Amino acid sequence: MIKKYFEKLQIALLAISSMITTVTIFLIVIFLFSYGIKFFTNSSIEKGYDIVVHESNPIQKLSPVILQQIFDQEYTFWHEVGGNQDSLEILHFEDLPNYYTEEQMGAEFELVGACITDYLSKHPNAITIIPSININSSFKGKIVEVASIKFADVFTTQKWFPTSKPIALFGILPMIIGTLLVSFGAIVLALPFGIACAIYMAEIMKSKWRKYLKPTIELLAGIPSVVYGFFGLVVIVPIIKNVFQLEVGETALAGSIILAIMALPTIITITEDAIQNVPNSVREASLSLGASKWQTILYVVLPFAKNGIITATVLGIGRAIGETMAVLMVTGNSAIIPNSFLQPVRTIPATIAAELGEAPFGGTHFQALFTLGCILFLFSMGINLYVNYTSRSKN
Amino acid sequence: MKKIAFILFLAFNISQAQGIKIKGSDTVLPLGQKEAEAFNKKSNANVSVTGGGSGVGISSLVDGTTDIAASSRKIKMDEKMRLQEAGKKFKEIVVARDALTVIVHPENKVSQLTREQLEGIFTGKIKNWKEVGGADLKIVVYSRETSSGTYEFFKEIVLKRKNFSSSVLAMPATGAIVQSVSQTKGAIGYVGLAYLDKSTKAIKVSFDQGKTFTESNLQTAKAGTYPIVRPLFFYYLTKDEARVKALVDYILSPVGQTLAEKSGYISAK
Repeated sequence: MIKKYFEKLQIALLAISSMITTVTIFLIVIFLFSYGIKFFTNSSIEKGYDIVVHESNPIQKLSPVILQQIFDQEYTFWHEVGGNQDSLEILHFEDLPNYYTEEQMGAEFELVGACITDYLSKHPNAITIIPSININSSFKGKIVEVASIKFADVFTTQKWFPTSKPIALFGILPMIIGTLLVSFGAIVLALPFGIACAIYMAEIMKSKWRKYLKPTIELLAGIPSVVYGFFGLVVIVPIIKNVFQLEVGETALAGSIILAIMALPTIITITEDAIQNVPNSVREASLSLGASKWQTILYVVLPFAKNGIITATVLGIGRAIGETMAVLMVTGNSAIIPNSFLQPVRTIPATIAAELGEAPFGGTHFQALFTLGCILFLFSMGINLYVNYTSRSKN
Repeated sequence: MKKIAFILFLAFNISQAQGIKIKGSDTVLPLGQKEAEAFNKKSNANVSVTGGGSGVGISSLVDGTTDIAASSRKIKMDEKMRLQEAGKKFKEIVVARDALTVIVHPENKVSQLTREQLEGIFTGKIKNWKEVGGADLKIVVYSRETSSGTYEFFKEIVLKRKNFSSSVLAMPATGAIVQSVSQTKGAIGYVGLAYLDKSTKAIKVSFDQGKTFTESNLQTAKAGTYPIVRPLFFYYLTKDEARVKALVDYILSPVGQTLAEKSGYISAK
């Protein structure tokens, strides 16, 4: 009687733990997307500021990219950005104390509006920023409209200046391409090696040697990724630089090599297990029909273990696409669109890892990093679904 | 019963012993640790220091999970606004300063650069060392991550708030910049004075269009002749002033400031 209840209790415990796991995963996804979506409601101007010009300036609207170039002093005349023939002047808000005393600005900066009005009346061609709280009756000037962050902009802008003031640019295209490039390279390098190694271990190697080799390979999975990263920076990066005669060794290739090494233990162990699980009767049947050992492996054992190999691949890609620290140290992290494996790239996980700690909590930059997280999540989910679908439809 | 009483007693003691927490910038972390260690020894206090980044420190201050936020940059406008929204008033204290040194590969012939040349190099307008009097070699620019306080400061002082070129290599830590510059012939980067060693060469800089070039070291930074020097901040809430005052006073005292200099920083004044 007690035994029966005990069994029921055990089953209930199992059900509860699987429920908790599922709910947790759902909550994490909801949390991720709730921040990630909020990003698109923001403006690219630093929170709490507005862009202003003199009332006589005909400029109504400026795009974030143009504004960023204006503040980087890449234009000298207003007509270059669609205005009149006058020359373009910039006043950085932080430089305001160079023109006005603390008394003129007020103890709590409440008189800043008047100061900027005064500056604009003396410099009618200037563009500057003003804290939104200072826009009151004492302020005279025109607020330039800046479009809020649009979905399409994020994927087409090629500049990633998340902390640039007063205009931040969040172009994530270089990072998407960088992530895909590094992961693709890693898988191309790791898969042939991994599967070859697994076949050798499962089918050819003597079991007394396998006893030592398998734990050694599994040990690789236990090394912290920052150690791989440091190894990559000190050993692999200089080798790549010398072999390809490059100016810089921190390249996508370095990232791919490190990730391939990191994905190998996963691919090898899972593939090897799958091959081991092929029933011996199948091998014996093939051999008895006169097939050679190699023919047996290629045409009988591997197709039989196909699902295991696919799982190994998916997990390997997962490791590669989501790895942060090692990649952060060896790929150089330039936010430019690479045109070969021998150029520095910036990946999504590396960006999140490097920037989240210093981004103001809840700010636009913070939310942009969550958006990157969402994209990463969609990537790995897409790959998983695709592989699941193709392996199922072929069976 | 005795056991439970003992555990309760322990728990009570632990909650009593909760001291001052400092959290934030990794640049300020070594300084905070040294100062806290000395202060704990001297006045039997319990100051704990953790890193995480300037942004993490300040947001912990808003959430009330730290008493002091250490920051290598000035508090940002939206962080100020969030503190205001939470109805919290804060104080800002400069605890020490830090000089940034521009470094190149030791075999590089170039030994001095003006601010304008540095701006050109870091914004991507100058691409080859021969344009600034060096060998015919492509310049490889190493920088810190966009959100680091060091990055912000270098951008403000040397680039006059222009943006870095998109093609600069962003490294996750200062140590990684030193490592990369030491193994890349055309490299240039910037690091804190404390990170300077024989594996790289420091560049003399001029902020007056090339009239005088200054070497970066403790003396020139202290005397104010070396231009790339930044303040390091502590932020705390006005309501906590009574609790943290002893610690802050200790850091700003001659003893605390000498300690800061011994750890490779420059005194606050």
